[in-house]
This record gives sequence, structure tokens and C-alpha cells, in this order.
Amino acid sequence: MQTMIDVANLTKKFGNFTAVDNISFNVEKGGIFAFLGPNGAGKTTTIKMLTTLLSPTDGKISVNGYDPVTAQDAVRHSFGIVFQDQSLDDELTAWENLEFHGVLYGVPKKVRRERIEEMLKFVELWDRKNELVKKFSGGMKRRLEIARGLIHHPKILFLDEPTLGLDPQTRNHIWNYIKKLNKDEGMTVFFTTHYMEEADRAAGQVAIIDHGKIIAAGSPAELKQKTSTQTLEDAFLNLTGKVIRDEEAGAAERMRGHRRAWRH
Amino acid sequence: MKVIYILWLRQLKRYSRSKARMIGSLGQPLLFLVALGFGFGPIYQKAGGGSYIQFLAPGVIAMAIIFTAIFTGIEIIWDRQFGFLKETLVAPSSRFNIMIGRTLGGATVATIQGIVVFLMTLVVGFRPTSILLLPLALVFMVLIALVFTAFGTAIASRMQDMQAFPIIINFLIMPIFFLSGALFPIDGFPAPVVAAMHLNPLLYGVDGLRGALINGAHVGLLTDLGVLAIVTLVLLAIGSYLFSKIEV
Repeated sequence: MQTMIDVANLTKKFGNFTAVDNISFNVEKGGIFAFLGPNGAGKTTTIKMLTTLLSPTDGKISVNGYDPVTAQDAVRHSFGIVFQDQSLDDELTAWENLEFHGVLYGVPKKVRRERIEEMLKFVELWDRKNELVKKFSGGMKRRLEIARGLIHHPKILFLDEPTLGLDPQTRNHIWNYIKKLNKDEGMTVFFTTHYMEEADRAAGQVAIIDHGKIIAAGSPAELKQKTSTQTLEDAFLNLTGKVIRDEEAGAAERMRGHRRAWRH
Repeated sequence: MKVIYILWLRQLKRYSRSKARMIGSLGQPLLFLVALGFGFGPIYQKAGGGSYIQFLAPGVIAMAIIFTAIFTGIEIIWDRQFGFLKETLVAPSSRFNIMIGRTLGGATVATIQGIVVFLMTLVVGFRPTSILLLPLALVFMVLIALVFTAFGTAIASRMQDMQAFPIIINFLIMPIFFLSGALFPIDGFPAPVVAAMHLNPLLYGVDGLRGALINGAHVGLLTDLGVLAIVTLVLLAIGSYLFSKIEV
């Protein structure tokens, strides 16, 4: 099996708080990989380390064969990302947001114009290309972000809860794009979600992280079999327990608060 | 180069689309010009200082520039809060170019604002002594704008949210502005204070503007130019270092 992402003994600490605790996994080239876990489990922190936004405290990462710590630009060229929270410029139009992205990624003008048109048509926003993004609905913004993440034809697409807060129609729509891209372009997809049925339907491989540690990994079928459950949701609850995790998220937030205070 | 250009363009587009911000940031200079200009004018004249509007106008132009410049520099915090900063941080272009593009964009906006305020001063009776020196005045406006945009960027790179913002306004911008000689001649201050005031880059900006506009430089135009140029480079270096270290 060829791998696109290799993670070995990865650890991230904020002060005394260990957000990611010695995790190892790999993502198959051309596969769809779901990274699941309760709130505050360490999903976003892991994505940030894979995408060069945070440096690890310890451990090794390889993305498309490059190390995000030492070969930042090579890694940054390799992936597109749709962040958990919105990251568009509201004061620019849909077209301008994509143009900005294309220039930042060094896509030549002619190719850039073609791809912007292609992607905007793909996510069905071409007729609204000259509208300011602040006038868009949540679902439209998400689609635009996905279009933007694909302008530079990345080898890997990271999606951090891409369908959060969207209605089932829009979710279905977005997943159809993603699966099509994965199939047609052989693009590797790495995503997190709280909707277990999405992971069950789309992902070839799943890893479940809790309290910063990976507690289970395998295909959705394997996880269901291992826990003797019918759905991935039940398997997930079986593995991570039924306790609501506001406390962990709160603790992580508090630690970040401390870190902020110290940095001033 | 393209990256610098697109970030510059973004700042300009955002500015030109935000009419409220454009008009709002002209209110304060206008207030200072009218309230102080006409309020203190007669007293200043009686004390033998000549026309206060002539003295005040370069100071108010400088004020408009530094406020706009610092605010556009600090916009990074908004970008952080609204998520857009991440988009620029994961891109495979050098953070130095990104920071330079932003700074040039912010400085352009601040300079435009300075020119508009200059036109306003003409309406309330300000008369530059020499038209030939107006290009030099523009150079000083650009330098003031660059220094303080870079300054805003440097501060904002270290800030996580807007909570420290009032502190910055009250303990940095206000003292820099009031202790720059923009509103009153600095001769009247005690000697140690005057010495300390010479550490303030805006003092050289205001002095240079006054030199170019009303032939009233104290420090000397060459010194003003030199100091501002050096401070610009130092702040750009600090700003780009801090910007390159941002983690989100």
C-alpha cells in the first residue's frame, strides 16, 4: 500500500496539557480517511500539525513524502484545506476569493482563470461569482471554500467538519462532489466529522481519537464487527463512552487561555 | 511580486468597499481641525505664535495617517478572528511577501486618507507655503504611513484577540500622537521630556511635514527623512519576524 500521510508517535502539548498523545497512523494514497472523536479529543490540533499551522512537540509526520516542519512549502503545495470555521474574506466576491487563492498558490493566470470557472460551476456558484461573500448563506460559503481548496489541484484535501451546521440536502451535495473528486482525480481525502453516518458511507478507513490517543482504527465494517454493533455511531459510543465532553473542551480552552496570557 | 500585489489589492478593495470606515475616520481629524483650530487659534495668535491653523494642519494630517495606518496593521486580528488569516498562513508563499503586501496596502490606504485630510485643511484656511515642496510632503506622508502600518502589524502578530486593543490605543497611540508636537510646539516642555520625545518616530514625521508644508521644520528635513527611513526598515524587519512566527 502506498501512503500519502504517515504519522509516527506524534505529540502536542500546550503547557501541561497534552492535546495529542503519542499517536501513529497512516493514510492510503487515493483513499478517504475519517478522523473521528468527541469534542476536544485532539482532531483539529492534529490537522493543524499536518497542515504546518502548528509545530509538533514530538514525533514524525510525512505528508506527500515531505515533513511539515522542515519542508513547509512542499507540504503546503500538496494539500487543500477546508477549515472547521469559515476562512473566506467576506468583503471580497466569490470570484475574488478564488483569484486570491490562485495567486497565493502560484497558479499561472490562464490556468487559474479556467479552474476558477470550472470550480465555480462545479459547486454551482458561477452565476453568483460577483457577489460579496458576506451575502452568501452558510451552505454557499462551504461550497465556495471547497472550490477554493481545489483551485491548485492538491493531492490531499483536508476537511475539518466540512458539513457542520448544514441541512441534509447541502451535505449530500457536498459529499457527492468530494466522492467524485476522489474517484476521478484520485485525490486523497482526510476528514473529520461528528456525523457518523457520513463516515460510514464515505470513508474506507477510520481512526477514532479520544483524550489525545487513538483508541481504534480500521474500516467502518471492522469497527462495527469489533464492537458487535450495527452502526458506526453505536461503535463510536461503545468505544468512547456516553459522557458528554464539554469538560475536556473547556480544559483545552482554559489551557489555551493560560498560554495566551503567558505569551503577552 | 504577484503575492505582494494581490495582498496590496485586497487592502485597497476592502477599504474602498467600506464607505462607513472611510467617512468615519475623517471625523476625528475634522473635529481636531475645527475645535482646536478655531478654539485655540485666537489665543495662539495673541501669544505671538502666528496662525494656529498653519501650525496645526500638518499635525492633523499626520494624525489621520497614523490612526488609519495602525488600524489597518491591526486588521490582522480581525483576519484571525474571522478565520481568513489561516488561508494566508497555509499558502505556499513566503510570509515575508505576505506581510510586505499587507503593509504596503495599509500604507497606501493611510496615505490616501492623509491626502483627503490635506484637502480638508485647505477648506478651513490652511495654505502651504510652497507648491514645489508638495511632493516632499507626500514622501513624508508615505513614510509615516509605512512606519505605523508596520508597527500595527508587529503588535497584531502578537495579539490573539481584541482585548488588548484599548490598552494599545490609550498607552501607545495616544502618547505617540500627543507627544509628537502635532498639536503644540514642543519648546515649552521640560528638557528631559523633550529629549524623550525625540525617541518618538512621529515627531520626525510631523516635523518633516511641517518642513515641507510651511517651511517650519525644527529638526531638519534630512534628519527627518533618515530617521523615518531607518525606523521603517527596523519595524518591517520586526514585523515580518513576528508575522512569520504566527501560529493559529
